[in-house]
Amino acid sequence: MDENGKVTGEMPKLTNDEIKELYKKMVTIRVYDDKTMKIQRQGRVGPYISYLGQEACQVGIAASLRKDDWFFPTYRDSGALYARGMPLKDVLLYWMGDARGFANAGNNFPICIPVGTHPPHAAGAAFAAKIKGKDYVSLATFGDGATSRGDFYEAMNFAGVFNLPVIFVVQNNQWAISVPRSRQTASQTIAQKAISAGIDGVVADGNDIFSVIKAIRYAADKARSGKGATVIELLTYRLGDHSSADDQKKYREQAEVETWKKKEPVERLKKYMLSKGLWSEKFEQDITAEATQAAEKAITDAENIPSQKLDELFENIFSEMTPNLKEELEELKEAYKDRSTESTNKVEKIEGSFP
Amino acid sequence: MHMVAAINSALDNEMQRDKNVVLLGEDVGVNGGVFRVTDGLFKKYGADRVVDTPLAELSIVGLSIGMAAAGLKPVAEIQFSGFTYASFEQLVSHAARIRYRSGGKFTCPMVLRSPCGGGIHALELHSESNEAIYSHMPGLKVVIPSGPYEAKGLLISAIRSKDPVLFFEPMKLYRAFREEVPETPYEIPLGKANLGKEGKDVTIISWSTMYHVSMLAAKKMEEENGVSCEVIDLRTINPIDTDTIINSVKKTGRVVIVHEGPRNAGMGAEISAQITEKAMLSLHAPPIRVTGYDTPYPFYKTEKFYLPDIEKVIIGINKAMNF
Repeated sequence: MDENGKVTGEMPKLTNDEIKELYKKMVTIRVYDDKTMKIQRQGRVGPYISYLGQEACQVGIAASLRKDDWFFPTYRDSGALYARGMPLKDVLLYWMGDARGFANAGNNFPICIPVGTHPPHAAGAAFAAKIKGKDYVSLATFGDGATSRGDFYEAMNFAGVFNLPVIFVVQNNQWAISVPRSRQTASQTIAQKAISAGIDGVVADGNDIFSVIKAIRYAADKARSGKGATVIELLTYRLGDHSSADDQKKYREQAEVETWKKKEPVERLKKYMLSKGLWSEKFEQDITAEATQAAEKAITDAENIPSQKLDELFENIFSEMTPNLKEELEELKEAYKDRSTESTNKVEKIEGSFP
Repeated sequence: MHMVAAINSALDNEMQRDKNVVLLGEDVGVNGGVFRVTDGLFKKYGADRVVDTPLAELSIVGLSIGMAAAGLKPVAEIQFSGFTYASFEQLVSHAARIRYRSGGKFTCPMVLRSPCGGGIHALELHSESNEAIYSHMPGLKVVIPSGPYEAKGLLISAIRSKDPVLFFEPMKLYRAFREEVPETPYEIPLGKANLGKEGKDVTIISWSTMYHVSMLAAKKMEEENGVSCEVIDLRTINPIDTDTIINSVKKTGRVVIVHEGPRNAGMGAEISAQITEKAMLSLHAPPIRVTGYDTPYPFYKTEKFYLPDIEKVIIGINKAMNF
């Protein structure tokens, strides 16, 4: 599908209803992202990472996996988590600094914060599938910056050696904070790095949901049938700042951003649907209203979650609290005996706050 | 059996009991490990459960994390504890905190086995004692046995633990002596020190190879100077058995801590702080540390100067006695 929504290659097998559902998901996660960004600016969410412009990657990945497949996301993949069925409230909790966000996450690993350290985890979960004779696949996604790290190479290498049912999806959004793709590697594509590990490397248009789905389905089918791992490079663009603390105007030409805006994925799918008679103003209004309502409810729910108890700070370190931890917990309780033990449900302006 | 055989027996027992126990590491399979710890297991359990990996420490741990989360019980080996640094980020940023950061949803019941310690005339970075580093990182259990019987029981507990456990194996003790070790499985609980010898004048706290040095020094002091020494083998470095330490120090009032690792911010500092916080009024002398120095572990020609030995421990005991 080109920038005008005109199909240029072979379509993946999708019904019209499925296409409408994909569009609905893309619009929905864009609304969620926008809402989260807005309340971040109001001081109701801490530092946040937007995926604006990468909705086709986010929804395409999720739509091509089974629920029991394992998913290893980064901080830029909240949208994929929503599309995988994780409630907005839970993911918001994470961004609101609450450790309970991933307590019911299914087979979705918590967002990986150190860049690119999770590809080996995906390979490990895939290894478990192989040893236990299960047919789930494991997918890790990360940005172009992460591919400069050794972890990525080591994970690809293991996946190749053991023929693991794992998919490494690089959302190449052209920028790692202020460092452009050209500074990450001199190789022509990121996908070609797969060659060094003896596995398949595929490049796909990450702003074309059909192209994303085709690529992930190909890799998932291949993995499930015992034919091993794939690296998929999705060419996309980060339309927003790196994070809520970043200002992208400082390091990149705005003309470049404008060029990519013309290729953005939601509008593109809309153009396709218009040409097929699948899109209407009413449809757009309905799904936007539904998403907005859901977002507002989730925000209220997340903000009104009961405070975490002091005990919870010391639980889940080990399977059982150690004597040292018990002692430290008592010490904390003593220090707070005359103070409120309500946790911080709103981001307080404190000296030196992360921007 | 000696310690190598005892560890092998523990692995064998647990692999037989639980098909989710999977060994992985460099040379652990066909070769049976560079120290032969996994000898015979490849033949018995096959390539899917005794996995020779690429030479990549980061990913041996990184994969173990994913394997553990997905229901396996990986027992990874890193050939020398001086090579665990490549996997440091995986251990501390992921293995140690996945339970916490997922609100208890995901856990990391893995064991990382790694030979440790000096006194064996090895190459650089083949003699490290880095247990203090890992004990500092919340979420990791750290265990070091001092003999074959302990090694087997502690390793079985480590494999059955729901937490990530670093299991360091003192190379000097691998084949140093034999003990009666049952062929059948048994557990020695993690987090419990062993009172190796009772005494009333001074407590010596140590572990690993240094436990044996401490026992010899204690015997010498008793025979030649009539000083009655109590000797504790810590066994689990984290979580530390504070009760056993404090009870002993309250009885003796004097303490010497002996470890191979460097002194600065080492386990001796932590133990000494706990003692001063909890048993200050029982102390007749400040806690004395007899440790490795704050230098890199030396090239082997000079390693004897670095390591605590019987004479150094006796100097320490005398310091505590004559304060």
